[in-house]
Amino acid sequence: MSGLGHALIAMRAIVTREALRFVHQRERFIAALVRPLVWLLVFAAGFRAALGLSITPPYQTYITYETYIVPGLCGMILLFNGMQSSLSLVYDREMGSMRLLLTAPLSRAWLLFSKLLGSTIISIFQVYAFLLVAWLFDITLPPLGYVAALPALVLAGLMLGALGLALSSFIKQLENFAGVMNFVIFPMFFLSSALYPLWKMAESSELLHDICAANPFTHAVELIRFALYVDFNGTALVWTGLATLVFMGFAVWGYDPARGMMTRKG
Amino acid sequence: MSLQVTDLSFSYGAKTALERVSFGVERGRFAALLGPNGAGKSTLFSLMTRLFGTQGGSISIAGHDLRVAPLAAMADLGVVFQQTTLDLDLTVQQNLRYFAALHGISGRAADRRIDVALDRLGMAERAGEKARGLNGGHKRRTEIARALLHEPKVLLLDEPTVGLDAVTRTGLTRHIHDLCLETGVTVLWATHLTDEVSDADQVILLHRGRLLADGRCGDLRGSASLSEYFAQMTGVSE
Repeated sequence: MSGLGHALIAMRAIVTREALRFVHQRERFIAALVRPLVWLLVFAAGFRAALGLSITPPYQTYITYETYIVPGLCGMILLFNGMQSSLSLVYDREMGSMRLLLTAPLSRAWLLFSKLLGSTIISIFQVYAFLLVAWLFDITLPPLGYVAALPALVLAGLMLGALGLALSSFIKQLENFAGVMNFVIFPMFFLSSALYPLWKMAESSELLHDICAANPFTHAVELIRFALYVDFNGTALVWTGLATLVFMGFAVWGYDPARGMMTRKG
Repeated sequence: MSLQVTDLSFSYGAKTALERVSFGVERGRFAALLGPNGAGKSTLFSLMTRLFGTQGGSISIAGHDLRVAPLAAMADLGVVFQQTTLDLDLTVQQNLRYFAALHGISGRAADRRIDVALDRLGMAERAGEKARGLNGGHKRRTEIARALLHEPKVLLLDEPTVGLDAVTRTGLTRHIHDLCLETGVTVLWATHLTDEVSDADQVILLHRGRLLADGRCGDLRGSASLSEYFAQMTGVSE
Protein backbone atom coordinates (compact mmCIF):
# COMPACT_ATOMS: atom_id res chain seq x y z
CA MET A 1 0.00 0.00 0.00
CA SER A 2 1.51 3.31 -1.06
CA GLY A 3 1.73 6.12 1.45
CA LEU A 4 -0.74 8.28 -0.44
CA GLY A 5 -3.19 5.41 -0.94
CA HIS A 6 -3.07 4.61 2.77
CA ALA A 7 -3.58 8.26 3.69
CA LEU A 8 -6.61 8.57 1.42
CA ILE A 9 -8.20 5.33 2.65
CA ALA A 10 -7.81 6.55 6.21
CA MET A 11 -9.23 9.98 5.36
CA ARG A 12 -12.28 8.43 3.73
CA ALA A 13 -12.83 6.22 6.78
CA ILE A 14 -12.55 9.16 9.18
CA VAL A 15 -14.96 11.28 7.11
CA THR A 16 -17.40 8.35 6.83
CA ARG A 17 -17.27 7.81 10.58
CA GLU A 18 -18.07 11.48 11.21
CA ALA A 19 -21.01 11.18 8.83
CA LEU A 20 -22.28 8.02 10.52
CA ARG A 21 -22.02 9.68 13.91
CA PHE A 22 -24.03 12.60 12.58
CA VAL A 23 -26.71 10.30 11.20
CA HIS A 24 -27.00 8.74 14.65
CA GLN A 25 -27.41 12.13 16.31
CA ARG A 26 -30.56 13.50 14.70
CA GLU A 27 -31.20 15.88 17.57
CA ARG A 28 -27.89 17.58 16.77
CA PHE A 29 -29.08 18.27 13.24
CA ILE A 30 -32.41 19.65 14.42
CA ALA A 31 -30.69 21.90 16.97
CA ALA A 32 -28.28 23.12 14.30
CA LEU A 33 -31.22 24.00 12.07
CA VAL A 34 -33.57 25.49 14.65
CA ARG A 35 -30.99 27.86 16.16
CA PRO A 36 -30.40 30.00 13.03
CA LEU A 37 -34.05 29.76 12.05
CA VAL A 38 -35.10 31.30 15.35
CA TRP A 39 -32.72 34.17 14.67
CA LEU A 40 -33.93 34.52 11.13
CA LEU A 41 -37.67 34.31 11.71
CA VAL A 42 -38.03 35.84 15.17
CA PHE A 43 -35.06 38.04 15.96
CA ALA A 44 -34.69 39.45 12.45
CA ALA A 45 -38.40 40.19 12.16
CA GLY A 46 -38.23 42.23 15.34
CA PHE A 47 -35.10 44.11 14.32
CA ARG A 48 -36.19 44.79 10.82
CA ALA A 49 -37.97 47.99 11.80
CA ALA A 50 -35.23 49.16 14.16
CA LEU A 51 -32.35 48.88 11.74
CA GLY A 52 -32.05 50.77 8.50
CA LEU A 53 -29.47 49.29 6.19
CA SER A 54 -27.96 51.36 3.40
CA ILE A 55 -26.65 49.91 0.19
CA THR A 56 -23.14 48.51 0.64
CA PRO A 57 -21.35 45.87 -1.43
CA PRO A 58 -22.15 43.16 -2.34
CA TYR A 59 -25.77 44.33 -2.26
CA GLN A 60 -27.07 46.24 -5.29
CA THR A 61 -30.23 47.47 -3.69
CA TYR A 62 -31.91 47.99 -0.33
CA ILE A 63 -32.26 44.72 1.49
CA THR A 64 -34.33 43.52 4.40
CA TYR A 65 -32.66 42.67 7.66
CA GLU A 66 -33.56 39.00 7.16
CA THR A 67 -31.58 39.01 3.96
CA TYR A 68 -28.66 40.71 5.67
CA ILE A 69 -28.25 38.15 8.43
CA VAL A 70 -28.48 35.00 6.27
CA PRO A 71 -24.68 34.81 5.64
CA GLY A 72 -24.04 35.49 9.34
CA LEU A 73 -26.37 32.66 10.27
CA CYS A 74 -24.56 30.35 7.84
CA GLY A 75 -21.42 31.34 9.74
CA MET A 76 -23.22 30.64 13.01
CA ILE A 77 -23.95 27.08 11.91
CA LEU A 78 -20.28 26.58 11.01
CA LEU A 79 -19.17 28.17 14.28
CA PHE A 80 -21.43 26.05 16.48
CA ASN A 81 -20.58 22.91 14.56
CA GLY A 82 -16.85 23.59 14.67
CA MET A 83 -17.07 23.93 18.43
CA GLN A 84 -19.41 20.98 18.80
CA SER A 85 -17.17 18.66 16.85
CA SER A 86 -14.26 19.67 19.01
CA LEU A 87 -16.47 19.05 22.02
CA SER A 88 -16.87 15.56 20.63
CA LEU A 89 -13.08 15.41 20.40
CA VAL A 90 -12.74 16.10 24.11
CA TYR A 91 -15.42 13.48 24.69
CA ASP A 92 -13.69 11.10 22.27
CA ARG A 93 -10.46 11.53 24.10
CA GLU A 94 -12.12 10.78 27.39
CA MET A 95 -13.77 7.76 25.83
CA GLY A 96 -10.53 6.64 24.28
CA SER A 97 -11.42 6.62 20.61
CA MET A 98 -9.23 9.66 20.04
CA ARG A 99 -6.38 7.65 21.49
CA LEU A 100 -7.15 4.91 19.02
CA LEU A 101 -7.16 7.37 16.11
CA LEU A 102 -3.80 8.75 17.14
CA THR A 103 -2.20 5.28 17.13
CA ALA A 104 -2.75 5.05 13.36
CA PRO A 105 0.57 5.00 11.49
CA LEU A 106 -0.07 8.33 9.78
CA SER A 107 1.06 11.82 10.62
CA ARG A 108 -0.91 13.58 13.33
CA ALA A 109 -1.48 16.58 11.07
CA TRP A 110 -3.10 14.35 8.43
CA LEU A 111 -5.31 12.54 10.97
CA LEU A 112 -6.45 15.84 12.48
CA PHE A 113 -7.05 17.39 9.06
CA SER A 114 -9.15 14.36 8.05
CA LYS A 115 -11.24 14.72 11.17
CA LEU A 116 -11.62 18.43 10.42
CA LEU A 117 -12.67 17.76 6.86
CA GLY A 118 -15.30 15.27 8.03
CA SER A 119 -16.87 17.73 10.44
CA THR A 120 -16.74 20.54 7.85
CA ILE A 121 -18.61 18.47 5.26
CA ILE A 122 -21.34 17.78 7.82
CA SER A 123 -21.52 21.48 8.74
CA ILE A 124 -21.94 22.48 5.10
CA PHE A 125 -24.74 20.00 4.64
CA GLN A 126 -26.51 21.75 7.53
CA VAL A 127 -25.88 25.19 6.02
CA TYR A 128 -27.57 24.11 2.80
CA ALA A 129 -30.49 22.66 4.76
CA PHE A 130 -30.83 26.08 6.44
CA LEU A 131 -30.63 27.93 3.11
CA LEU A 132 -33.35 25.68 1.77
CA VAL A 133 -35.66 26.50 4.68
CA ALA A 134 -34.84 30.21 4.30
CA TRP A 135 -35.74 29.93 0.61
CA LEU A 136 -39.06 28.37 1.56
CA PHE A 137 -39.66 31.50 3.66
CA ASP A 138 -38.95 33.63 0.62
CA ILE A 139 -35.49 34.76 1.59
CA THR A 140 -33.82 34.06 -1.71
CA LEU A 141 -30.36 34.59 -3.11
CA PRO A 142 -29.06 34.64 -6.69
CA PRO A 143 -29.27 31.02 -7.92
CA LEU A 144 -25.56 30.92 -8.78
CA GLY A 145 -24.76 32.20 -5.30
CA TYR A 146 -25.73 28.86 -3.79
CA VAL A 147 -22.96 27.24 -5.84
CA ALA A 148 -20.42 30.06 -5.54
CA ALA A 149 -20.76 29.96 -1.74
CA LEU A 150 -19.50 26.38 -1.51
CA PRO A 151 -15.73 27.10 -1.54
CA ALA A 152 -16.27 29.96 0.92
CA LEU A 153 -18.24 27.67 3.21
CA VAL A 154 -15.51 25.02 3.00
CA LEU A 155 -12.79 27.50 3.99
CA ALA A 156 -14.87 29.10 6.75
CA GLY A 157 -15.83 25.63 8.04
CA LEU A 158 -12.18 24.54 8.08
CA MET A 159 -11.18 27.71 9.91
CA LEU A 160 -13.78 27.32 12.65
CA GLY A 161 -13.22 23.58 12.91
CA ALA A 162 -9.47 24.17 13.25
CA LEU A 163 -10.16 26.67 16.02
CA GLY A 164 -12.25 24.08 17.84
CA LEU A 165 -9.57 21.46 17.30
CA ALA A 166 -6.89 23.76 18.69
CA LEU A 167 -9.04 24.53 21.75
CA SER A 168 -9.82 20.86 22.32
CA SER A 169 -6.12 20.00 22.50
CA PHE A 170 -5.66 22.37 25.41
CA ILE A 171 -8.77 21.38 27.30
CA LYS A 172 -8.69 18.31 29.46
CA GLN A 173 -12.22 18.03 30.71
CA LEU A 174 -15.69 18.55 29.39
CA GLU A 175 -16.56 20.94 32.22
CA ASN A 176 -13.83 23.37 31.21
CA PHE A 177 -15.04 23.18 27.67
CA ALA A 178 -18.44 24.64 28.50
CA GLY A 179 -16.70 27.75 29.82
CA VAL A 180 -14.64 28.12 26.70
CA MET A 181 -17.77 27.79 24.59
CA ASN A 182 -19.17 30.84 26.37
CA PHE A 183 -15.96 32.77 26.09
CA VAL A 184 -15.34 31.88 22.47
CA ILE A 185 -18.64 31.39 20.67
CA PHE A 186 -20.59 34.37 21.97
CA PRO A 187 -17.85 37.01 21.67
CA MET A 188 -16.90 35.71 18.25
CA PHE A 189 -20.48 35.83 17.03
CA PHE A 190 -21.57 39.13 18.53
CA LEU A 191 -18.32 40.97 17.79
CA SER A 192 -18.62 40.31 14.09
CA SER A 193 -20.50 41.48 11.04
CA ALA A 194 -22.94 38.57 11.33
CA LEU A 195 -25.79 40.58 12.86
CA TYR A 196 -24.92 44.17 11.97
CA PRO A 197 -22.69 45.79 9.37
CA LEU A 198 -19.41 47.14 10.66
CA TRP A 199 -20.16 50.75 9.72
CA LYS A 200 -23.17 50.55 12.02
CA MET A 201 -20.91 49.32 14.80
CA ALA A 202 -18.48 52.22 14.16
CA GLU A 203 -21.30 54.68 14.84
CA SER A 204 -21.57 53.48 18.40
CA SER A 205 -17.91 52.68 19.17
CA GLU A 206 -14.71 52.86 17.17
CA LEU A 207 -13.06 50.39 19.52
CA LEU A 208 -15.80 47.80 19.07
CA HIS A 209 -15.59 48.36 15.33
CA ASP A 210 -11.85 47.66 15.37
CA ILE A 211 -12.32 44.50 17.41
CA CYS A 212 -14.99 43.31 14.97
CA ALA A 213 -12.74 44.10 12.02
CA ALA A 214 -9.93 42.00 13.52
CA ASN A 215 -12.23 39.07 14.34
CA PRO A 216 -11.56 36.22 11.89
CA PHE A 217 -15.23 35.24 12.11
CA THR A 218 -16.16 38.63 10.58
CA HIS A 219 -13.99 37.79 7.58
CA ALA A 220 -15.41 34.29 7.30
CA VAL A 221 -18.94 35.77 7.26
CA GLU A 222 -17.98 38.43 4.69
CA LEU A 223 -16.37 35.78 2.50
CA ILE A 224 -19.63 33.82 2.57
CA ARG A 225 -21.74 36.97 2.10
CA PHE A 226 -19.87 38.05 -1.02
CA ALA A 227 -19.81 34.51 -2.44
CA LEU A 228 -23.57 34.14 -1.92
CA TYR A 229 -23.97 37.16 -4.23
CA VAL A 230 -21.44 35.74 -6.72
CA ASP A 231 -18.94 38.38 -5.67
CA PHE A 232 -15.42 38.07 -4.29
CA ASN A 233 -13.84 39.63 -1.22
CA GLY A 234 -10.07 39.21 -1.38
CA THR A 235 -9.34 40.66 2.06
CA ALA A 236 -11.79 38.25 3.67
CA LEU A 237 -10.23 35.35 1.78
CA VAL A 238 -6.71 36.21 2.93
CA TRP A 239 -7.79 36.72 6.55
CA THR A 240 -9.82 33.51 6.66
CA GLY A 241 -7.04 31.52 4.97
CA LEU A 242 -4.40 32.85 7.35
CA ALA A 243 -6.56 32.22 10.40
CA THR A 244 -7.15 28.63 9.21
CA LEU A 245 -3.40 28.02 8.95
CA VAL A 246 -2.72 29.56 12.36
CA PHE A 247 -5.50 27.59 14.11
CA MET A 248 -4.43 24.37 12.39
CA GLY A 249 -0.85 25.03 13.44
CA PHE A 250 -1.99 25.39 17.05
CA ALA A 251 -4.00 22.17 16.81
CA VAL A 252 -1.08 20.14 15.45
CA TRP A 253 1.16 21.68 18.10
CA GLY A 254 -1.37 20.89 20.82
CA TYR A 255 -1.70 17.25 19.74
CA ASP A 256 2.04 16.75 19.32
CA PRO A 257 3.06 13.99 21.77
CA ALA A 258 6.33 15.76 22.56
CA ARG A 259 4.38 18.74 23.86
CA GLY A 260 2.46 16.48 26.16
CA MET A 261 -0.62 18.69 26.01
CA MET A 262 -2.72 15.56 26.12
CA THR A 263 -1.03 14.52 29.31
CA ARG A 264 -3.50 13.43 31.90
CA LYS A 265 -2.05 12.04 35.04
CA GLY A 266 -1.49 8.34 34.46
CA MET B 1 14.29 -8.02 21.19
CA SER B 2 10.85 -7.42 19.76
CA LEU B 3 10.07 -4.80 22.36
CA GLN B 4 12.86 -2.88 24.05
CA VAL B 5 12.53 -0.16 26.66
CA THR B 6 15.80 1.50 27.66
CA ASP B 7 16.39 3.92 30.53
CA LEU B 8 12.89 5.30 30.24
CA SER B 9 12.07 8.21 32.54
CA PHE B 10 8.99 10.40 32.66
CA SER B 11 7.63 12.96 35.08
CA TYR B 12 4.47 15.03 35.40
CA GLY B 13 6.01 18.30 36.48
CA ALA B 14 7.82 17.59 39.72
CA LYS B 15 6.24 14.16 40.18
CA THR B 16 8.30 11.31 38.77
CA ALA B 17 6.18 8.60 37.17
CA LEU B 18 8.93 6.44 35.65
CA GLU B 19 12.58 6.37 36.61
CA ARG B 20 15.19 4.76 34.34
CA VAL B 21 13.05 1.74 33.49
CA SER B 22 14.67 -0.82 31.16
CA PHE B 23 13.41 -4.20 29.95
CA GLY B 24 13.12 -6.22 26.76
CA VAL B 25 10.61 -8.80 25.52
CA GLU B 26 11.62 -11.43 22.96
CA ARG B 27 9.54 -12.24 19.90
CA GLY B 28 6.57 -14.49 20.64
CA ARG B 29 6.80 -14.07 24.42
CA PHE B 30 3.93 -13.27 26.73
CA ALA B 31 5.18 -10.66 29.20
CA ALA B 32 3.05 -9.56 32.12
CA LEU B 33 3.58 -6.02 33.28
CA LEU B 34 2.67 -6.29 36.94
CA GLY B 35 2.32 -3.46 39.37
CA PRO B 36 -0.09 -1.98 41.89
CA ASN B 37 -2.10 1.14 41.04
CA GLY B 38 0.19 4.11 40.54
CA ALA B 39 3.16 1.92 39.58
CA GLY B 40 3.53 3.76 36.27
CA LYS B 41 1.89 1.19 33.98
CA SER B 42 -0.49 3.68 32.37
CA THR B 43 2.31 6.18 31.82
CA LEU B 44 4.38 3.47 30.19
CA PHE B 45 1.46 2.60 27.89
CA SER B 46 0.91 6.24 27.01
CA LEU B 47 4.57 6.53 26.06
CA MET B 48 4.53 3.32 24.03
CA THR B 49 1.41 4.41 22.12
CA ARG B 50 2.81 7.91 21.48
CA LEU B 51 0.15 9.68 23.45
CA PHE B 52 3.03 11.28 25.32
CA GLY B 53 6.49 11.96 23.96
CA THR B 54 9.46 10.42 25.73
CA GLN B 55 11.40 12.73 28.04
CA GLY B 56 14.35 10.47 28.69
CA GLY B 57 15.37 7.04 27.37
CA SER B 58 14.01 5.19 24.37
CA ILE B 59 11.40 2.67 23.22
CA SER B 60 11.90 0.32 20.30
CA ILE B 61 9.01 -1.62 18.76
CA ALA B 62 9.85 -4.44 16.34
CA GLY B 63 13.23 -2.82 15.79
CA HIS B 64 11.87 0.68 15.14
CA ASP B 65 12.88 3.42 17.55
CA LEU B 66 9.70 5.28 18.45
CA ARG B 67 11.40 8.64 18.20
CA VAL B 68 13.28 7.99 14.97
CA ALA B 69 10.65 6.03 13.01
CA PRO B 70 7.34 6.53 14.83
CA LEU B 71 5.07 5.57 11.94
CA ALA B 72 6.92 2.31 11.19
CA ALA B 73 6.77 1.48 14.90
CA MET B 74 3.03 2.22 15.10
CA ALA B 75 2.38 0.08 12.00
CA ASP B 76 3.81 -2.92 13.89
CA LEU B 77 1.92 -2.19 17.09
CA GLY B 78 -1.51 -3.41 18.17
CA VAL B 79 -3.12 -1.83 21.20
CA VAL B 80 -6.04 -2.71 23.46
CA PHE B 81 -6.70 0.19 25.79
CA GLN B 82 -8.09 -0.16 29.27
CA GLN B 83 -11.19 1.88 28.44
CA THR B 84 -13.30 0.67 25.58
CA THR B 85 -12.54 2.50 22.36
CA LEU B 86 -15.35 1.06 20.26
CA ASP B 87 -17.84 3.35 18.58
CA LEU B 88 -20.96 2.09 20.30
CA ASP B 89 -23.36 3.22 17.57
CA LEU B 90 -21.51 1.25 14.91
CA THR B 91 -21.62 -2.49 14.32
CA VAL B 92 -18.72 -4.76 15.16
CA GLN B 93 -17.82 -4.97 11.49
CA GLN B 94 -18.05 -1.20 10.95
CA ASN B 95 -15.74 -0.65 13.93
CA LEU B 96 -13.21 -3.08 12.49
CA ARG B 97 -13.47 -1.62 8.98
CA TYR B 98 -12.77 1.85 10.36
CA PHE B 99 -9.66 0.62 12.12
CA ALA B 100 -8.48 -1.40 9.09
CA ALA B 101 -8.75 1.76 6.98
CA LEU B 102 -6.64 3.69 9.49
CA HIS B 103 -3.97 1.11 8.68
CA GLY B 104 -4.51 1.45 4.94
CA ILE B 105 -6.49 -1.78 4.51
CA SER B 106 -9.80 -1.50 2.65
CA GLY B 107 -12.26 -3.37 0.46
CA ARG B 108 -12.11 -7.13 0.19
CA ALA B 109 -8.71 -7.36 1.84
CA ALA B 110 -10.20 -5.69 4.92
CA ASP B 111 -13.29 -7.89 4.92
CA ARG B 112 -11.16 -11.02 4.62
CA ARG B 113 -8.99 -10.02 7.56
CA ILE B 114 -12.02 -9.01 9.60
CA ASP B 115 -13.60 -12.44 9.01
CA VAL B 116 -10.41 -14.22 10.11
CA ALA B 117 -9.92 -12.03 13.19
CA LEU B 118 -13.54 -12.32 14.33
CA ASP B 119 -13.56 -16.04 13.70
CA ARG B 120 -10.42 -16.49 15.77
CA LEU B 121 -12.02 -14.66 18.67
CA GLY B 122 -15.33 -16.51 18.29
CA MET B 123 -17.11 -13.31 17.31
CA ALA B 124 -18.00 -14.09 13.68
CA GLU B 125 -21.71 -14.39 14.42
CA ARG B 126 -21.82 -10.96 16.02
CA ALA B 127 -20.25 -9.04 13.13
CA GLY B 128 -23.53 -7.28 12.33
CA GLU B 129 -24.44 -6.38 15.92
CA LYS B 130 -24.04 -2.87 17.28
CA ALA B 131 -21.20 -2.54 19.77
CA ARG B 132 -23.62 -1.00 22.28
CA GLY B 133 -25.48 -4.31 22.59
CA LEU B 134 -22.40 -6.41 23.36
CA ASN B 135 -21.51 -7.54 26.87
CA GLY B 136 -18.15 -6.63 28.42
CA GLY B 137 -16.42 -9.84 27.34
CA HIS B 138 -17.59 -9.54 23.74
CA LYS B 139 -16.56 -5.90 23.58
CA ARG B 140 -13.09 -6.89 24.71
CA ARG B 141 -12.88 -9.71 22.20
CA THR B 142 -13.92 -7.29 19.46
CA GLU B 143 -11.17 -4.92 20.51
CA ILE B 144 -8.58 -7.70 20.50
CA ALA B 145 -9.75 -8.83 17.05
CA ARG B 146 -9.44 -5.24 15.91
CA ALA B 147 -5.94 -4.87 17.36
CA LEU B 148 -4.82 -7.93 15.36
CA LEU B 149 -6.25 -6.84 11.99
CA HIS B 150 -3.05 -5.33 10.67
CA GLU B 151 -1.01 -8.32 11.92
CA PRO B 152 1.11 -6.38 14.41
CA LYS B 153 4.38 -7.82 15.68
CA VAL B 154 3.82 -6.41 19.17
CA LEU B 155 0.51 -6.37 21.02
CA LEU B 156 -0.05 -4.15 24.06
CA LEU B 157 -3.00 -4.78 26.35
CA ASP B 158 -3.68 -2.39 29.22
CA GLU B 159 -5.55 -4.26 31.96
CA PRO B 160 -7.84 -5.88 29.38
CA THR B 161 -9.76 -7.98 31.89
CA VAL B 162 -10.97 -5.13 34.11
CA GLY B 163 -14.67 -5.52 34.79
CA LEU B 164 -14.95 -9.03 33.35
CA ASP B 165 -16.21 -12.11 35.18
CA ALA B 166 -13.79 -14.90 36.17
CA VAL B 167 -14.72 -17.29 33.36
CA THR B 168 -14.36 -14.65 30.64
CA ARG B 169 -11.12 -13.47 32.21
CA THR B 170 -9.61 -16.97 32.14
CA GLY B 171 -10.76 -17.55 28.56
CA LEU B 172 -9.29 -14.29 27.36
CA THR B 173 -5.97 -14.83 29.13
CA ARG B 174 -5.67 -18.33 27.65
CA HIS B 175 -6.54 -17.06 24.22
CA ILE B 176 -3.78 -14.45 24.21
CA HIS B 177 -1.27 -17.04 25.43
CA ASP B 178 -2.26 -19.29 22.52
CA LEU B 179 -1.94 -16.38 20.15
CA CYS B 180 1.71 -15.88 21.14
CA LEU B 181 2.48 -19.51 20.35
CA GLU B 182 0.52 -19.66 17.10
CA THR B 183 1.41 -16.35 15.50
CA GLY B 184 4.67 -15.35 17.19
CA VAL B 185 3.21 -12.00 18.27
CA THR B 186 4.94 -10.43 21.25
CA VAL B 187 2.53 -9.53 24.04
CA LEU B 188 2.85 -7.03 26.85
CA TRP B 189 -0.12 -7.50 29.16
CA ALA B 190 -0.50 -4.97 31.96
CA THR B 191 -2.35 -6.23 34.99
CA HIS B 192 -2.45 -6.16 38.75
CA LEU B 193 -4.01 -9.63 38.94
CA THR B 194 -1.41 -12.34 39.47
CA ASP B 195 -3.70 -15.24 38.49
CA GLU B 196 -3.51 -14.11 34.87
CA VAL B 197 0.17 -15.01 34.71
CA SER B 198 1.57 -18.51 34.21
CA ASP B 199 5.02 -19.80 35.20
CA ALA B 200 6.49 -19.71 31.71
CA ASP B 201 5.56 -16.04 31.24
CA GLN B 202 7.99 -13.20 31.65
CA VAL B 203 7.13 -10.95 34.57
CA ILE B 204 8.08 -7.28 34.62
CA LEU B 205 7.36 -5.89 38.05
CA LEU B 206 6.92 -2.16 38.32
CA HIS B 207 6.43 -0.24 41.55
CA ARG B 208 6.42 3.53 42.12
CA GLY B 209 7.92 4.13 38.70
CA ARG B 210 10.84 1.76 39.14
CA LEU B 211 11.57 -1.70 37.83
CA LEU B 212 11.65 -4.10 40.78
CA ALA B 213 12.09 -7.39 38.93
CA ASP B 214 12.26 -8.81 35.42
CA GLY B 215 12.42 -12.55 34.72
CA ARG B 216 10.55 -15.80 34.18
CA CYS B 217 7.60 -15.99 36.54
CA GLY B 218 8.45 -19.48 37.85
CA ASP B 219 12.04 -18.44 38.61
CA LEU B 220 11.08 -15.22 40.32
CA ARG B 221 8.43 -16.57 42.65
CA GLY B 222 10.35 -19.72 43.69
CA SER B 223 8.28 -21.69 46.16
CA ALA B 224 5.98 -18.80 47.01
CA SER B 225 2.86 -18.03 45.00
CA LEU B 226 3.12 -15.10 42.60
CA SER B 227 0.64 -13.26 44.76
CA GLU B 228 2.86 -13.70 47.82
CA TYR B 229 5.94 -12.70 45.83
CA PHE B 230 4.10 -9.60 44.57
CA ALA B 231 3.11 -8.61 48.11
CA GLN B 232 6.61 -9.24 49.43
CA MET B 233 8.24 -7.11 46.72
CA THR B 234 5.80 -4.22 46.70
CA GLY B 235 4.38 -4.29 50.19
CA VAL B 236 0.95 -4.21 48.56
CA SER B 237 -1.44 -7.14 48.54
CA GLU B 238 -3.64 -7.65 45.50
